[in-house]
Amino acid sequence: MGEFIIKMPDVGEGVAEAELVEWHVKPGDPVREDMVLAAVMTDKATVEIPSPVTGKVLWLGAEIGDTVAVKAPLVRIETAGEEGEAPPDSVPEALAEAVLDEPVAVSAPPAAKAPPKPERTEPKPAPALREALDVSRKPLASPAVRLRAKDSGVDLRQVTGTGPAGRITHEDLDLFLSRGARPAPATTGLVRKTAVEEIKVTGLRRRIAEKMTLSTSRIPHITYVEEVDMTALEDLRATMNRDRKPDQPKLTVLPFLMRALVKTIADQAGVNATFDDGAGIIHRHAAVHIGIATQTPAGLTVPVVRHAEARGIWDCAAELNRLADAARTGTATRDELTGSTITISSLGALGGIASTPVINHPEVAIVGVNKIAVRPVWDGTQFVPRKIMNLSSSFDHRVIDGWDAATFVQRLKTLLETPALIFVEG
Amino acid sequence: MKEISCKLLVLGAGPGGYVCAIRAGQLGVDTVIVEKAKAGGTCLNVGCIPSKALIHAAEEFDKLRAASSGKNPLGLSLSAPAIDLAQTVAWKDGIVGRLNGGVTGLLKKAGVKAVVGEARFVDGKTLDVETEIGLQRIRAETVVIATGSAPVELPDLPFGDKVISSTGALALKAVPPTLAVIGGGYIGLELGTAFAKLGSKVTVLEAMDRILPQYDADLSKPVMKRLAELGVDVFTRTAAKRLSADGRGLLAEENGRAFEVPAEKVLVTVGRRPVTEGWGIEEIDIDRVGKFIRIDDQCRTSMRGIYAIGDVTGEPMLAHRAMAQGEMVAEIVAGRKRSWDKHCIPAVCFTDPEIVSAGLSPDEARSTGIEIKIGQFPFQANGRAMTTLSEDGFVRVIARADNHLVLGIHAVGHGVSELSATFALAIEMGARLEDIAGTIHAHPTQSEAFQEAAFKGLGHALHI
Repeated sequence: MGEFIIKMPDVGEGVAEAELVEWHVKPGDPVREDMVLAAVMTDKATVEIPSPVTGKVLWLGAEIGDTVAVKAPLVRIETAGEEGEAPPDSVPEALAEAVLDEPVAVSAPPAAKAPPKPERTEPKPAPALREALDVSRKPLASPAVRLRAKDSGVDLRQVTGTGPAGRITHEDLDLFLSRGARPAPATTGLVRKTAVEEIKVTGLRRRIAEKMTLSTSRIPHITYVEEVDMTALEDLRATMNRDRKPDQPKLTVLPFLMRALVKTIADQAGVNATFDDGAGIIHRHAAVHIGIATQTPAGLTVPVVRHAEARGIWDCAAELNRLADAARTGTATRDELTGSTITISSLGALGGIASTPVINHPEVAIVGVNKIAVRPVWDGTQFVPRKIMNLSSSFDHRVIDGWDAATFVQRLKTLLETPALIFVEG
Repeated sequence: MKEISCKLLVLGAGPGGYVCAIRAGQLGVDTVIVEKAKAGGTCLNVGCIPSKALIHAAEEFDKLRAASSGKNPLGLSLSAPAIDLAQTVAWKDGIVGRLNGGVTGLLKKAGVKAVVGEARFVDGKTLDVETEIGLQRIRAETVVIATGSAPVELPDLPFGDKVISSTGALALKAVPPTLAVIGGGYIGLELGTAFAKLGSKVTVLEAMDRILPQYDADLSKPVMKRLAELGVDVFTRTAAKRLSADGRGLLAEENGRAFEVPAEKVLVTVGRRPVTEGWGIEEIDIDRVGKFIRIDDQCRTSMRGIYAIGDVTGEPMLAHRAMAQGEMVAEIVAGRKRSWDKHCIPAVCFTDPEIVSAGLSPDEARSTGIEIKIGQFPFQANGRAMTTLSEDGFVRVIARADNHLVLGIHAVGHGVSELSATFALAIEMGARLEDIAGTIHAHPTQSEAFQEAAFKGLGHALHI
């Protein structure tokens, strides 16, 4: 038993490498002399690689799409070792090289144990029928376009047709040729992708889409962005987290914001409302039910912390954690997902520097939390590092004027910058 | 022994071979073509051309007979016509002779050297030709095998004076009073119909369950009807056995029932086999698919430098396929980049009425898994067809349901063979139903049925 190594041939025109585009054999297949083993593509043309020997394929040296250097081993074939048949000149050298380069592959050909196959390949179906059934898969182009493509060495399967039913026109071919007639993958690995995947919008995604359409089409938004110095609050939060009791949850910024909202709403009831624009009635709510926009695997949901006005900061934090878990695991009840009177949107570490939150219809206000970042702040004599966070808040401009919106956010800013005020009673 | 060498040697001067040689000559390739008989092959000498001549003569005779019988609705009348088949055959031979000369002239004009004689491969690059002036050795860089096909013979009914092939049928000197046709494919029916029109009592025996099995039943139905009108007896699921003891009939068996068919002559048209013997194929180990030579999409055989085209490479055995292959191979040999990229090979069956098909049949189209639409328009609703007493038949268009790309076009009817051009063009150009519907088809012609079939496929035929 001999072994024969076929290397990537010099495909000419100073090409140093070629892309493997088609395998006609797989390990274990019997091959005959002159049978086409593979097709490789340079940036000019596709070249078929015939087998110079008869035998069985042991190993394939590349995957479809790989770029293979000229003279790199491409296929190893087990031959019957008929010494009488003169192998091409380059072969002994190729064999030596390959054995040195890849001793492992030579000693353990993966397909050596493949079941024995018939000596000859299966005859193809009668050409006529094959031809007939191929019609729907052939590139659609007039004979004149096909001829030009052949003459230019263009594989029409690489050309995008813009004509009726995807027909490739002369103009399509012109465009392809003007781009260098280059099936790009040979050199860059970049290929044009034309597939379009259809995804039906269903379930939660559809509800989100409908809700967002409703909100943005009905509500004229005004978005107001203000900078808040969170340094004091962050110090306080660190202290509280450090000293918390074992049964107390870890505090994030959100419970502080919730409590600050409750406090601000006590002075400015107009933002804690729902607007029935059909009836022309604003419902101002005494209760503060805060919706928390939460990302779940299925999409955006808004679980609601009910009666935040009656919850202390630890309680707010605990309820927040519970609801977020319920929402993420899909166990939140309908009650827990509806009935908010105002909403907080927070993307945490992905918060960015500003956003334009979409109001949770029929509410009239939403508070967006952006990322906390340490920034230099001029304190009158020098720059000092401060923890700065932006609040991006949107309001229903039909019922809340810009002045009121600004006043609300300024009040919130004061509370967050001087967190002791959040805990002052009355 | 004389020895010559050339770049391209074409073995066989049928439609594939001579086209290949002419094109190669035009492209400046030093070409030699070898043929043992006359240029033109089966097609020109004993196939397409002479059979169409005979079919035409039979059609004319049948019209005259119809007129003389008083059944002619056109108001024509004449006394009983007669036919001198010997003269008909002489006329036919005249046409064949002119075309033989034409092909020879074209080869000469293209600078192709023609060698007459039997050729044999010595090795993959060398052939010996037995010519009138002795043995000639030809060495070629490239060889194209275009040896064609021959009628299949039945073991119990060897060809002879009584049992004839299509070749023999085209050379008969008199109309046989009775003719049994074995094989209900297109060759048997074309010739059987012609002889029925010339006055023979024709019986067709087909082993399958219907005639013209390569066409769907809708297409073959008008042909069945016309055969019945002509008094042709058709037996399906019937096997021909052997000649009767007295030699006047043919013994047949249908489902265990044996019977005798009157047969002055027995025409055997059970298929054609590739000619892969007698020219030394055994000297060159070449791959086959069944009996045919295996080729790839450039007509290359398994041996480098040897191409094969035409009937010897398989179905469909049609002259125009061989011609297209021959032209392609000539261009490849001349260094051009070519490969087989045809979308369809139209096929015509010159029965009465004629059948044309291009592209996929309804079943083939369905088997691709693509959803399809079918538009069909009958000639009964076509004015031109009415004026020529040709109301039988229809045009049918098959298209993809999603983008209306035309996948197949078929027609059965009088004179529809000429529609094959527009059908094939539509498919090669990638026409959609809208393209055909949007093309003005001249009135009054039968081609209007094509446009109407496209309209029908789009859901709004006008004249039905």
